[in-house]
Parts: sequence; structure tokens; C-alpha cells
Amino acid sequence: MNAVFSFARLGALLIKEFIQMRRDRITFAMMLGVPLMQLVLFGFAINSDPKSLPAALVAMSSDPYTRAMVSALQTTGYYRFDHVAQSAEEAEFLMARGDVAFVVTIPADFARRVERGDSPQILIEADATDPAVASGAISTLGTVANQALLRAQGMQETAAEAARGQLEVVVHRRYNPEGISQYNIVPGLLGVILQMTMVMMTAMALTRETERGTMENLLAMPSSPVEIMLGKVLPFLVVGAVQVVVVLVAAKLLFGIPFVGSLTLLLSAVLVFVLSLVLLGYTISTMARSQMQAMQLTFFFFLPSLLLSGFMFPYRGMPGWAQVLGEIFPLTHFLRITRAVMLKGADFNAIGAEVGWLLVFVVVFAGTALLRFRRTLD
Amino acid sequence: MNVIDVHGLVKRFGDKTVVDDVTMTVAEGEIVGFLGPNGSGKTTTIRIMCGLLTPDEGEGTVLGFNIRTDSLRIKREVGYMTQKFSFYEDLTIAENLEFVARLYELKPVGEHVARTLEDLGLTSRRDQLAGTLSGGWKQRLALAACIMHKPKLLLLDEPTAGVDPKARREFWDEIHRLASGGLTVLVSTHYMDEAERCHRISYISYGKMLATGTVDEVVKNAGLTTFVLQGPKLDQVATALQGRPGVDQVAPFGATLHVVGSDRKELQAALADVEKEHKGVTVSPGKTSLEDVFIQFMSGSKDNMAKDKKP
Repeated sequence: MNAVFSFARLGALLIKEFIQMRRDRITFAMMLGVPLMQLVLFGFAINSDPKSLPAALVAMSSDPYTRAMVSALQTTGYYRFDHVAQSAEEAEFLMARGDVAFVVTIPADFARRVERGDSPQILIEADATDPAVASGAISTLGTVANQALLRAQGMQETAAEAARGQLEVVVHRRYNPEGISQYNIVPGLLGVILQMTMVMMTAMALTRETERGTMENLLAMPSSPVEIMLGKVLPFLVVGAVQVVVVLVAAKLLFGIPFVGSLTLLLSAVLVFVLSLVLLGYTISTMARSQMQAMQLTFFFFLPSLLLSGFMFPYRGMPGWAQVLGEIFPLTHFLRITRAVMLKGADFNAIGAEVGWLLVFVVVFAGTALLRFRRTLD
Repeated sequence: MNVIDVHGLVKRFGDKTVVDDVTMTVAEGEIVGFLGPNGSGKTTTIRIMCGLLTPDEGEGTVLGFNIRTDSLRIKREVGYMTQKFSFYEDLTIAENLEFVARLYELKPVGEHVARTLEDLGLTSRRDQLAGTLSGGWKQRLALAACIMHKPKLLLLDEPTAGVDPKARREFWDEIHRLASGGLTVLVSTHYMDEAERCHRISYISYGKMLATGTVDEVVKNAGLTTFVLQGPKLDQVATALQGRPGVDQVAPFGATLHVVGSDRKELQAALADVEKEHKGVTVSPGKTSLEDVFIQFMSGSKDNMAKDKKP
């Protein structure tokens, strides 16, 4: 009889886990319901390029130039002029109170300056407390305002003439030309949801046995550390697989996320990712003394991985040391893989290194867990 | 060959010595009772024997396997019933047994489980969740699960705690039936009546093995003298006896008073005084019980768990 591994004993542990999983209805429902709920909620809610933001207009006159300027700003989609302020003070108050994100001031001499050929000015004040809100709206401004003015003056041809021979910058927004946030968010959510459920569930694995007093019995019977580990993580691999299917189908049907790359490649990468997560959770459970501690450790890991992985904030925007730190989270590598495969149609050559990273995590976590596992009650 | 043969076992948790130089031998087919007050190291000693704890000092074999190096072999051959119910409450009786059968690689699983259920009268409850069972049934399930793989040694840690007298009686009948089939049993308990159903007993207190032998031997070796007092106003007599030289224990039993002491002469002198002071009290020699011996042990041994007082 083999002391280290036997399929019969692993089978015993797996059957036991699946029965327990089935009996624990609420947890089971959570494992399938929560991913879908989160996907729908966050998928629809999160928008990194906000449009139709409330704006206040302070216009001293209502000449054609002013009107042209206002309508041009409105057509960008970023501004929604739902406040008209009579004075600069009133506009100031609106912004301070947070009623508007922008105040657009068109001075009384705007039309006169345009006609005289003086350089006309308009003032746009943006509430930049949250830089993300203001950036999109501001970036489009220069060109929009100029074109509107030219159109109002009927000088488009002249301007085009003048522009000939000048430097032209061509910008291609690749993989997501319309700049739809969901294309970025939804594949990322797949990783976040998997991380949340997989790590937390498996982090409870051993501590639950300890707290219920069943650990003593399990250790007194002939089950090896490898069998116990696999018996605990494999059922969650199955749950993870179901979650992946649910999220991917919803991504396609609900959000119309393009699916450019190979599905097989994506699923294989997801499998490695989930494996690294359940092993991470299991490692946590070999360290924690109680389910409470396991929860705390999970959250301790969870927040930095969410913030530093590039899910919430651009990875490249972080300082060098933070990028290095971000590399130690499986989520970071998984995000690169999903975004690359789903949106860019990357092949294995392009993401091989990232998958390699995930495999390193699998080996490291499994090794740590096995080393940490105490075979006795000492 | 002794089934259990351990000597000089020491186990410390931090600066507390929980098991202190314990030596024990158990022969094949014996039922040995392991007695001692709460926290005396019974559970720790049993856990060392089944490989769940490694001793800090001491050597020994269980079923011929070294307790330090062969704990995996020991686990396979030993049936260990934990003090606290430690099967899965969210699994049914049958599912729990199937789990155990598969872990021990018993084949075919169904047959083993069915036979075990039948032997222990659990067949009608096979689909009941273990968590919903009463104490007695849980204990039966635990016993069933730990004898299913036909171990050669059973280690039972307070198996009858919280179980009613009838279930206890049935449990002990089962233990004797198993022992007659050649199984060796080490069972820890608090109950004196259970101790008397064992072939031999070992008494441990605060980690130290204080006595070992048959019940009669332990009682005899304790060297105690017991007298039974009868008469009126025994409560006053009891108060009068407390603290006198030679009087170690005074305990009312129904209409009588049991007085126990380790020094026969001093005890007799004390009783003679009391007989004079209290009219109508008669003193007759009594039989020292196992309980008297244990109480004597308990009051005599030092509590190593308490903080040492500075002199």
C-alpha cells in the first residue's frame, strides 16, 4: 500500500467534500450566484470614461458664436448643461456643492473678439478632485472648440487650406476603438470574481476541519498531506470551472465583449489561474488557526491584489516598485492573459510568459502548503 | 509481545509538562482502563500512542511499530476514538462510514459499511445526518467507524462521556466482545464502575503514572484503611473528624460515614476519641473502594498546572 498517494483515498476525500458542498446550500448558491450578480452589477456600473457629466453654463451673451460653442461641447457627449448660472459666484457655488462637474464660462466679448480676429477665450473649470472624471472631457476640448468656431465663421475650407503641409498626428485606438470600458472591465471581473470565491473558500478548508474537531480524526486515519490537499482544492477547481463558463457566457451575451482569441487557450490559462488560487487559499488555511484568521488573511491579500494588479488602476501608471510588487499577484498575470486573448487575439507565444508565471505560483503555493501542513497535532 | 510498550514518555506544551515520564505496557487481548482527573494527561498520552503527537522524550512501540518513526503504520492498525465526536455532522451515518472505508481502502466499500451498520444496529438510521444524532448514537457511530478496518488495538478516549447508563452498559458489552476476539483496548474514563470492568487499570495524575495493576492490586497497594461509622447526628461527627491526624477522607454514604486514612494506628486513635465524644456512634471496619483510592491520589498529587508559588 502506498503511503504517499492513493486514488482510493483521494476519492474518499473528494466524495466527502462534494457531499458537504451539496449540503451547504447557501454557500453553494453563493458560489454560483455571486459571480453572476457581481458581473452584472460591476459590468454595468463601472465606467472609466464617464460621459454626460453635469455642467453649468455662464454665458454673458447669446450670440451665434456662443451658441455654436455650447452645442459643440454638448455633442462631445461629455457635457450635459443642466444648470445655467447667472454669475460666476453662482457657478462657483454649484461646483463647490458638487452639483456640477464643469463650469463653462463664455465671456461677453467672445463674439466681438472672434469677429475682430483677436484671440477669443472661453474658460472651462473642471472639478478635478477625481482626475478620471475630468480627463476625458478635457482631452477632447481643444479640437472641438476650434472646429466649432471655424464652422460658425464659415471658414472650414480656409482652415483646411492652412493646415496643409502641417504635421498630422494619426491616433488609432486599437482593440477597443470606441473606448468601451466594459471591454476592459468584464474580462478583469472574471479574474476578480474567481479570486474572491476561490481563495476564500479554500482558505477555510483546513481551519473548518480544525474548528469542527474533525481534523484530529482525519489525521488519525491513513490520509497523506498530498491527498488532503488535493481533496480540498480539486472540488473548488470544478466550482471555478463552472464560474468561468457562467461569466464568459454572460460576457458574450450581456455585454457583447468581443472574443478575438482562442477559447482553448483562454480556458487553459484560466485553469492554471484557478489552480494557483485554490492552492493559495489552501496555503492560507495551513497558516490560519481559525476561520476568522483565514478570512483576515484572505482580505489582507485581496485588497492589494485588486489595487495593484491593474484591474482598477492602470498598471503602467504605478511607480516601478509597485509594478514589481504587482507581479507577485496571480491576478496581475491573469488580467494580462484574458485581455490579451479576448480582446487582442493573442496566441500562446504572446502570453506564454504570463502562463509561466502562473505555473510558478502553482508550484510555490503547493510546495509551501505541503511544507506547512502539520501531520500531527503538535 | 506487548501491544503497547512505551517507557519514559514526556510531552511538554510550552513550560507545562503534560506527560511526565509515563511508562506503560499492555498485553494482547487486555482491556486496560486509563484513569485520572481532568487535565491529567490521558488524552495526550493516547495521542502520542496513535502517532498524533510526537513525544519530547521517551521511546516505545505500539503493535511493534516505533511510535516516533512508524506513526503511519500505527495509524493504519489502530482504531482511535476521539474524546469529542469528530466525524462529519453534515454527512449521514452511512456516508461517514463509507468515507472511513474508502480511506482505509476497504473493498468492497458497500459490503463493509453494510456489515458494520448491521453489527452495531445502525442500519435503520443509515441515512440520518450524524449531526442530528443523540450522544449515545454518535458514540456508536464513532465506535463503528474506528473498528471497521479491524484494528488490532483500540484507543478510546473517554468514550462514554455524556452517554446514558444503558448505552454505557451496551458499549462495554461490545468492548468485551471485541476483546474476546483478540482486540486490545486502552480506554480512558472517569467512571469507577467502568474502571472495574477493565482487566487492569493505570492511574495517571498531573502527567505522572501513580498506580497500575488490577483493581484489587491498586486498592491493596494504596495501603488505605477504611472504617464505616453508623449512628445519630453523623454530620456533627463528620465535622469533628475533619482535620484530625490520621483522617484523610470523610465521606457520607447514605446513612453511614466512610472514613479513610493511610495510617491505620492514627486513624483508629482518632476514631476512638470520636466514639467517646459522640454517644451511640459505632465504628466497624469497611472495605476500601477504588474511588477512595483515587480521591487519595488526587489530594496527594501536586498540581503542576498551577503556577509554582514562591516560598
